[in-house]
Amino acid sequence: MSLGTFLKSTIDGANALRTGFGITFRHYAEQQLKTKPVDTIQYPEERREQYPRTRWRHVLTRYDNGLEKCIGCSLCAGACPARCIYVQAAENTDEQRFSPGERYAAKYEINMLRCIFCGFCQDACPTGAIVLRKDFELSDYTREDFLYTKEMFLEAAPMETMIPASTIGAMNRENAAK
Amino acid sequence: MSDLFNGIFPEYWAGIHLPSLVPYIAMVGSFAFVLGILPMLIWIERVVIALMQDRKGPNRVGPRGLLQPPADVLKLFFKEDITPGNVDKWLYYIAPMITVTLAFAGSATLATAVMNFRAENGDVFSLPVSVGDVNVGLLYILGISSLQVYGIILAGWSSNNKYSLLGGLRASAQLISYELSMGLSLLCVVILVGSLKVGSIVEAQNVMPFGIAERPEWWWQMFKGSFLSWFWIGSGLIPVIIYTISMIAETNRAPFDLPEAESELVAGFHTEYSSMKFAMFFSGEYVAMLTVSGLNAAVFWGGSLPPLNILPLTLVPGFIWFIIKIMMGIFLYTWLRATLPRLRYDALMNLGWKRMLPLGLVWLFILAALTLHSEGSKGRDTVPAAPVAEIKAPAVRGTRSARN
Repeated sequence: MSLGTFLKSTIDGANALRTGFGITFRHYAEQQLKTKPVDTIQYPEERREQYPRTRWRHVLTRYDNGLEKCIGCSLCAGACPARCIYVQAAENTDEQRFSPGERYAAKYEINMLRCIFCGFCQDACPTGAIVLRKDFELSDYTREDFLYTKEMFLEAAPMETMIPASTIGAMNRENAAK
Repeated sequence: MSDLFNGIFPEYWAGIHLPSLVPYIAMVGSFAFVLGILPMLIWIERVVIALMQDRKGPNRVGPRGLLQPPADVLKLFFKEDITPGNVDKWLYYIAPMITVTLAFAGSATLATAVMNFRAENGDVFSLPVSVGDVNVGLLYILGISSLQVYGIILAGWSSNNKYSLLGGLRASAQLISYELSMGLSLLCVVILVGSLKVGSIVEAQNVMPFGIAERPEWWWQMFKGSFLSWFWIGSGLIPVIIYTISMIAETNRAPFDLPEAESELVAGFHTEYSSMKFAMFFSGEYVAMLTVSGLNAAVFWGGSLPPLNILPLTLVPGFIWFIIKIMMGIFLYTWLRATLPRLRYDALMNLGWKRMLPLGLVWLFILAALTLHSEGSKGRDTVPAAPVAEIKAPAVRGTRSARN
């Protein structure tokens, strides 16, 4: 190595070092003087905003009048690549009406340990009953606790309303139009 | 030099010779200081590195996370101490002890403060508060720091783990090559001062900068022992750069942390150590950092001298200045760790042997020539002659027959 290249490489190296030290010190000063925001999100107190199409915990939705959208068709269970959904359907009666259609889901269970949050169930659902929403804090203590049941998925009813039987036909037609 | 306690102590108090107690005070004091400040160092490092990376750092345990280091210490105490099978038991146990003992031993000659005493005849004399301000202080520290490699090599060798062994090998090569440049940079100052004693090196910086004449006006006195007369500039900037680089390499810190390279060697030489044995390596590393930063502060940055010899600054006790300078060294360590990636092995050797060693040698010769020249022009008489102990033949007490 000639003396020229030796000196040049030394000076280049020193310049590179200076740049790097400048960057870290600038960030240090900014943070110390609080002129720039911190990147840290203090997790349990504050949460990062989830993207609109984030797929996390499932929710069984309701119509505005409080009836469940789920009609117990098991298409979600069929679409599920992880085979983690179990649906047991039952007939609606005029006395016990859960959904606008003929049938409703008497049992709706998802094994959340097997679920891969692919959202295929959401795509397969004909009535848009099962949707994946933004609640991502799904940890628990025992394996049994991850077997989510229908009560856990179901949205809270907007109010306890009696639905006049005459409106159900109209709702069915509305669904068919969708 | 400003002193630890503004008062002057009597030489004898209740029949006790107080100056001879100073080393014991220093022993307890330095242990307490180092062990007390160790968790703080870890906290400082974590916070500074977090701020440099736009993070917050520890802030959960206690106010601003200040209780995080004590919590970590407690955790280390209560962790299970695992000794893997097939380790060389004797070496495996002694390696962390060597590391931590030598780290503490290294800090023995650093005087953080000065105490004043009034002798019987009314003279006031001052003593540096150190375990022993021996006249070969620099040599002692260099020797201790070269012994420190044994702790690392033995840990790597005895662990029965290929990653540990690789870490130990790297440490040996690295420490040997950087000790040379460290010694050379310190030699530059030794040539200027003519003493290996840390205390007299600090004293030698308490003069007018660049050899200009002293005048009584305060704006002229302001620069006596100021930052301009310290050896970072007094020895021409090159030695302090070489020393700073090699002190980081000596303590195996980023970017020279090849012996414990996390991304390549798991944890390097201390892979197989857990609980308190790991804590001993950890604290040994931090104490070594304190020691070499302290040496840096004393030799190149004026030790306990204030940056300017004017009133508000001189009121601050000397040990506060010394600690501030040590902390700046610690900040530098952290800054480096946040900035630079780890060196490749050949780049490490390149820097040590091909750049710093020749540069240090050349600078040493330049300084030696300059010193010889200035001494020659001033005339030999102005140079205080080193006190030569008179060598006498030992007086024979008693006759041969009496001794038999």
